[in-house]
Amino acid sequence: MSDKLIVSRRGLLKTGAAAGVGLAAPMVFSRPAWAYTNEPKGKSVIFGFNVPQTGAYADEGADELRAYQLAVEHLNGEGDGGMLNTFSSKALKGNGVLGKKVEYVTGDTQTKSDAARASAKRMIEKDGAIMITGGSSSGVAIAVQGLCQEAGVIFMAGLTHSNDTTGKDKKANGFRHFFNAYMSGAALAPVLKANYGSDRKAYHLTADYTWGWTQEESIAAATEALGWETVAKVRTPLGAGDFSQYLTPVLNSGADVLILNHYGRDMVNSLTQAVQFGLRDKIVNGKKFEIVVPLYSRLMAQGAGDAVKGIFGSTNWHWSLQDEGSKAFVKSFGQKYGFPPSQAAHTCYVQALLYADACERAGTFNPCGVVEALEGFEFDGMGNGPTLYRADDHQCFKSVLVVKGKENPTSEFDRLEVVDQVPAEQVTYPPDHPMFAGGDLGKCNPGA
Amino acid sequence: MDAFLLQVLNGLDKGSAYALIALGLTLIFGTLGVVNFAHGALFMLGAFCAVAFDKVVTAERVLLDPIKKTPWGTPLEVRVPYAKVWFGDAGEWLIDYSVPISLALAVPVMMLIGVAMERGLIRHFYKRPHADQILVTFGLAIVLQELVKAGFGANPIPMPAPSSYQGMADFGALIGMEPNTVVYPTWRLVYFLFAAAIIGAVFAFLQFTTFGMVVRAGMADRETVGLLGIDIDRRFTFMFGLAAVVAGAAGAMYSPILSPDYHMGMDFLVLSFVVVVVGGMGSLGGAVAAGFLLGILQSFASMNEVKQILPGIDQIIIYLVAVAILLTRPRGLMGRKGVMES
Repeated sequence: MSDKLIVSRRGLLKTGAAAGVGLAAPMVFSRPAWAYTNEPKGKSVIFGFNVPQTGAYADEGADELRAYQLAVEHLNGEGDGGMLNTFSSKALKGNGVLGKKVEYVTGDTQTKSDAARASAKRMIEKDGAIMITGGSSSGVAIAVQGLCQEAGVIFMAGLTHSNDTTGKDKKANGFRHFFNAYMSGAALAPVLKANYGSDRKAYHLTADYTWGWTQEESIAAATEALGWETVAKVRTPLGAGDFSQYLTPVLNSGADVLILNHYGRDMVNSLTQAVQFGLRDKIVNGKKFEIVVPLYSRLMAQGAGDAVKGIFGSTNWHWSLQDEGSKAFVKSFGQKYGFPPSQAAHTCYVQALLYADACERAGTFNPCGVVEALEGFEFDGMGNGPTLYRADDHQCFKSVLVVKGKENPTSEFDRLEVVDQVPAEQVTYPPDHPMFAGGDLGKCNPGA
Repeated sequence: MDAFLLQVLNGLDKGSAYALIALGLTLIFGTLGVVNFAHGALFMLGAFCAVAFDKVVTAERVLLDPIKKTPWGTPLEVRVPYAKVWFGDAGEWLIDYSVPISLALAVPVMMLIGVAMERGLIRHFYKRPHADQILVTFGLAIVLQELVKAGFGANPIPMPAPSSYQGMADFGALIGMEPNTVVYPTWRLVYFLFAAAIIGAVFAFLQFTTFGMVVRAGMADRETVGLLGIDIDRRFTFMFGLAAVVAGAAGAMYSPILSPDYHMGMDFLVLSFVVVVVGGMGSLGGAVAAGFLLGILQSFASMNEVKQILPGIDQIIIYLVAVAILLTRPRGLMGRKGVMES
């Protein structure tokens, strides 16, 4: 065997590559303590608005986007300032966030988890979004929240009502301002008892996915605690269109209340058809048959038209509220777009402001700094009264509205009336409540 | 017994829509040999003819209230429909009956759309494989629904039935049962009768008119009819238009049952194809029979008693039956030999 050093071309390449990796490793595996994903280096910072621009919730998504555009204007000191004038925290000055002008990119969730994740990923990796916010579905919110946790950016959820978003699927980088199914049940129960009594038989029609299941569980628990009996829980496929085959069995079931755990197009169709089937005119067990829609939205009420008259439900916020924050937001939004904002628009607008405010108070865009600033943060002046962002699960605790379909609406936007504003204490639950058990918040991830 | 009868009624009512859409699909397939995936979109366009007509008759005169303001500070708008201002009670009646009256708009518009579709696009694909036809018609369906979404938004639009048909009909009393034992929404019964009338009219047209006889002859042997000097292409174009009219009228009258939105056609399309396949490709009678049969089966599968034994059966029953029928009768219930077997 020769001891002569033989250097082949392939060997040289291999050695070179190995040396390169070895030299680069310290740079890759050790990063400065302050580095984080998409740290803004220039004069602007980019927000990522991930909303349904196509698909069944496109109208709701369009309203969310309008609200985000308004929030960006207000953050950059344009327009009348909206809720910046009523927000209890005065960290935001209308000069952007931490001196950087706010810009934004948008993505289309299509109300599909995979499409929503893809658009969020694109905004983070290609467009350099510092945070992601928006959405109109719990399935999407949970999927995008998981992605943001892995990517090391903050996710400020839009409209998501499933208990799981801040329950078993909660994440340290995710925050929800919107209320949840448990809160709907807790807020509705006293009103249902006062109006319909404690001897009722309820029949549930439930959308067959995460949100529907948790709402059914929450509402059934709340009504059973009143003394109501649950006659049946029937799961219906998402987007069934014609629900008549699920409504005819209700007629002879002995139930005297129908609870529709549906949202969006499903709710519009199932409610309209339930009214067509004469359920509201029936007398069962000596009582007038009633329908309850636990989660209402003004856009859905518009779609269902006269079918919503007299029907109880709950909502996160309504444009007719008379507190200073709501009035300021409705004024800004109405002047810009010519109609009042939906609850989806409200929660998205508030989330954008809360994120910006947290960055200002933390003095950084670093997700871990933002998490620290938002956890346990108490604020007011945003339309729902005194509110707490609970540290244990990143859920906002605030008052919940019980609403009823208006008998004599004055316009197409005036379909709901607020019958009760249930205080936060009444809808608060312990962090280890069984309906929210099983998840782990984990640690904040700054990425990079 | 009451529950049983209710589910039968429900099945017939669901089956009416399936049968009408499948009838149009089969007409197109039987005459032109085209698999039209845009047929659901035609149903949706029919529903939006009703919406458009309603928008026209409810067009409002907008006055600004000199005193009252909106919450954002602009003057409050006071809106009154022009129809009421100009025609008084007659205007009110026009608004109330806008859905059935909209058929007067839907029929010519759908005929026009059908003929334009056939002459402008579909005829270029007669000699292409079925896969190409499916792709182009499916693409067309997407374009049509996006156009509707751009014009009318993504939210469902409520379309009330005429006020005198909004309540419940005592069907039990009609067939000699105790009053109020079997009650069913009046408009859904009207829809069933409407569907029966349309199906009857299409069959009568094909069976008892010279035009229909030529079309049937063309369906059986297009080449020979052509050799006899008859312009069969022109008649088949008309049949495409007729199929579009059937789908459109079905959609317009269905709008009080299912609030129209841009996606409603897709919901019916897959089901209707299953109906056509189960009935037998190219068989008009088979499509109608299968439409009602599958409607009734779907309705029964949704009963709690059935779902307790077989959870989720309501969501797959139609496809299970399709598999069972195709295994035992590969040409479908009333399929003809030689259709799609080349």
